Amino acid sequence: MTDNVATGGDVLVILRHGPHGGSLLREGLDTALVAAAFGKRVSLLFMGEGAAALVSGQTAGALGQKGTHATLAMLEMYDIETLLVEAEALEGLGLVMADAEMDVQPVSAAEVADQVAAHALVMTF
Amino acid sequence: MRYAIVVLGGPYSHQASHSGLRFAKALIARGHQLEAVFFYHDGVYNAARLAAPPQDEPHLVDGWVELHRQHNVRLDVCIAASLRRGLLDEGEAQRHGKQGHSVEAPFELTGLGQLIDLGLSCDRLVTFAP
Repeated sequence: MTDNVATGGDVLVILRHGPHGGSLLREGLDTALVAAAFGKRVSLLFMGEGAAALVSGQTAGALGQKGTHATLAMLEMYDIETLLVEAEALEGLGLVMADAEMDVQPVSAAEVADQVAAHALVMTF
Repeated sequence: MRYAIVVLGGPYSHQASHSGLRFAKALIARGHQLEAVFFYHDGVYNAARLAAPPQDEPHLVDGWVELHRQHNVRLDVCIAASLRRGLLDEGEAQRHGKQGHSVEAPFELTGLGQLIDLGLSCDRLVTFAP
């Protein structure tokens, strides 16, 4: 485990729904941004289909939905720097780290448990 | 223990609201304190004051209201998630030039900051999602 992963924080937001076809992931990200705006140390963990949000080159598409790529691009501005992805989820979706738009840290199932324990509040979307 | 509940599922579409309400009653019956229920995502439809389900189904909106009346549980509804789904209280309806309103007390439109506060101040925050 790297130092970055071990840091923990105030709020861990777990995103386990895909970036398209539903708005749960986007509304989860909104929660993370609000928590950060309130001065909380926020970490994001992409699990299951949520990992698909990390794939680079996504756009809003024809439906007029906002998508999540623009929000992900704003994370740094909100000082949300701990970005984690469940390694198994990447593998399950046939993705590799090079597909990711940003700098994310892959974590094992055991490290997911560590992360949950290392944050005062865990919110799952 | 002090609890708070987050409901992300729409009433009658998913089990989330039914389970959330039952969990709320169960934890109060066990002597715990339920501070608030926060409705977010499609969960905001639980605050629709015009909901008129058939009589042989549980009335979820009335169920939440009863929870508030009997146990003083706060019913917080995310304002951003509500507005885009057509759930407006009298003030918001007026502000957006809409006739009629679809949310009323004891449900209260509030911001996501309230959810963060709730999560950090309660012992347990339990999410009911679709």
